[in-house]
Amino acid sequence: MKIAVCIKQVPDTEARLRVAPDGRWIDEADVPFVINESDEYALEEGLKLAETTGGEVIAISLGPERVREALRKALALGASRAVLLANTAFRGGDALADGRALAAAIAREGCDLVLTGSQSDDQGFGATGTVVAGHLGWPHAWLVMGVEVEEGGASLQVTREMESGTNEIFRMALPAVLEIQAGINHPRYASLKGIMAAKKKEIAEPSPADLGLQESEVGAAAARLEVLSVGFPESAAAAQILEGDAVSAAKKLVGLLQGEARVI
Amino acid sequence: MTTRIWAVLQQREGKLHRMGWEAIAAAQRLADELGGSAEAVLLGSEIGDLAREAAGHDLAAVRTADHPLLAGYTPGGYVATLAAAIGAERPDFVLFPHTYQSVEYVPRLAQAIGAALVPEAIGFERGEAGLVWRRPILTGKMQARVRTRGAGPVLVSLQSGAFSADSRRPGSAGVAPLPVELGAADLGREVLGVEQAGGDQVDLSKAEVIVAVGRGVGGADKLAPVQELAALLKAEIGASRPVIDAGWLPRDRQIGSSGQTVSPKLYLALGISGAIQHLVGMKGSTVVVAVNKDAGAPIFKVAHYGIVGDLHEVVPALTAAVRESRAAG
Ligand SMILES: Cc1cc2nc3c(=O)[nH]c(=O)nc-3n(C[C@H](O)[C@H](O)[C@H](O)COP(=O)(O)OP(=O)(O)OC[C@H]3O[C@@H](n4cnc5c(N)ncnc54)[C@H](O)[C@@H]3O)c2cc1C
Ligand SMILES: Nc1ncnc2c1ncn2[C@@H]1O[C@H](COP(=O)(O)O)[C@@H](O)[C@H]1O
Repeated sequence: MKIAVCIKQVPDTEARLRVAPDGRWIDEADVPFVINESDEYALEEGLKLAETTGGEVIAISLGPERVREALRKALALGASRAVLLANTAFRGGDALADGRALAAAIAREGCDLVLTGSQSDDQGFGATGTVVAGHLGWPHAWLVMGVEVEEGGASLQVTREMESGTNEIFRMALPAVLEIQAGINHPRYASLKGIMAAKKKEIAEPSPADLGLQESEVGAAAARLEVLSVGFPESAAAAQILEGDAVSAAKKLVGLLQGEARVI
Repeated sequence: MTTRIWAVLQQREGKLHRMGWEAIAAAQRLADELGGSAEAVLLGSEIGDLAREAAGHDLAAVRTADHPLLAGYTPGGYVATLAAAIGAERPDFVLFPHTYQSVEYVPRLAQAIGAALVPEAIGFERGEAGLVWRRPILTGKMQARVRTRGAGPVLVSLQSGAFSADSRRPGSAGVAPLPVELGAADLGREVLGVEQAGGDQVDLSKAEVIVAVGRGVGGADKLAPVQELAALLKAEIGASRPVIDAGWLPRDRQIGSSGQTVSPKLYLALGISGAIQHLVGMKGSTVVVAVNKDAGAPIFKVAHYGIVGDLHEVVPALTAAVRESRAAG
């Protein structure tokens, strides 16, 4: 099976965040970037499916040049090729614009299955994979916690997470788009051999025209959502912070929980 | 022309989802703000009773898409039905509860009908920039103010709790059907069944004290001091999702939107940042204590008491302080 995996590079969740001078995004200077959490699980699921079905994984990402590092990691883990949509025309999109661009890149590769993460840890639209599916005209599922290729290879049995700890199980036809939820598997680590091999693997960098798209169909030009400003939420009822070193703060807290709050 | 606003409700097995009430409250407020009218929309099969329940609100109408193939939710069935209805009726705004169901199909609906999409809105305001929506970014650590561009309907999903269901206005609305044309081929999936995710469940919902760990605990090998504190407080251990995903604790310890919902007297959150998917599972706790090394972590906004520091120092200090005060008391 030929499998496309969409990978987004996002700020590390531990990163210290500051608002950029123009107020419309975070200041990316000194921010460490990593592969989006659920995308790591999507990649692992793709690699496993490629191994069992005798296929390959193509890693695809839309973003600036720094994203090359995330794609190199995907190649080191076992993807055979990568596609990077770094052309400046692709910048500034929303889920609708980025989904269209990613779908066009995938269509050019002729894949049987697309895997994405369920939600990005920066924009958090929870939508891009679904938009990809819409453009390809394929069925999709969000929050996938299990995938099995059914006998004959024309359909999948998919387990999808629902609220409050239950899962729904259903059958879907291939080709399809699956948006993978974190926790579905245990992502592997890159081996030294994999890291060396990745250096020789191809990262294609198509322009919108290469994908058969007008510049007006992608990036900021096509986005229906415009960010006016970003900021930190104002705190409504903030916690009473107990000052001091660990020992004195802990003593104060235990005193309050026994006295004022009476919960221990 | 008045602005038409739809609130799409959610139902399952004969029950309306409580977040549908929040969507009605938001639709009424937006209608007030823009000088428009609000309607509720309900999809399903044999949903007459539910439609009458929804009709007890100050709405221009309750519209029902009632069809045997809508008996269970499928993204294909919902997208096909709503795409046709929105095409025919031309609402300006369509509001959805931001649930696992609507997040799955609403983006596809937006793509299919050329609508703008505002995922997970937590509020709106009207000012010089027009209608501006607020939504969380960077897993809730920050927020963005956004507006939509271009013509056509605007689809908005609303974060749980962002609009209070209590603020919705009662009234009496008529119920009118929406035409539905669906074939089995539209559904996109064949549902086979439902299963429990965690296997045998530890029931955390009755626990009086919960000590919960997040990714900040750093590994399964670092749990012993936490377990010692939990034993001392006769507490159950809970966790955020990444702890479970990494295999540090079993799935039945997960608290949050895809885990258990708890309401203990005391909830101790150790190394948990406070993402909405976690908060919805524990915000019913009487007293929340957060220990986090990041003073800006969103968990401090729902906590009553907080310690900014390294949990690996604070947890043993708490254990010692509890022992000491018990020995003295
Ligand atoms: C559809 C969906 C469903 C989800 N369902 C759930 C769910 O049911 N439950 C759930 O919890 N999440 C759920 N999530 C994930 C959720 O969005 C967050 O990613 C998750 O809650 C974050 O967990 P965390 O706070 O442990 O980790 P992080 O966000 O990584 O936070 C770790 C925190 O630990 C702090 N820290 C680090 N080291 C230390 C230290 N030594 N001492 C003190 N503090 C430290 C950091 O400052 C940080 O605040 C879901 C996500 C999606 C998309
Ligand atoms: N710029 C991008 N490049 C590659 N994949 C992306 C991009 N944006 C989103 N995705 C994929 O779509 C998923 C959902 O993202 P989002 O809709 O932003 O929450 C992510 O987990 C990725 O797999």
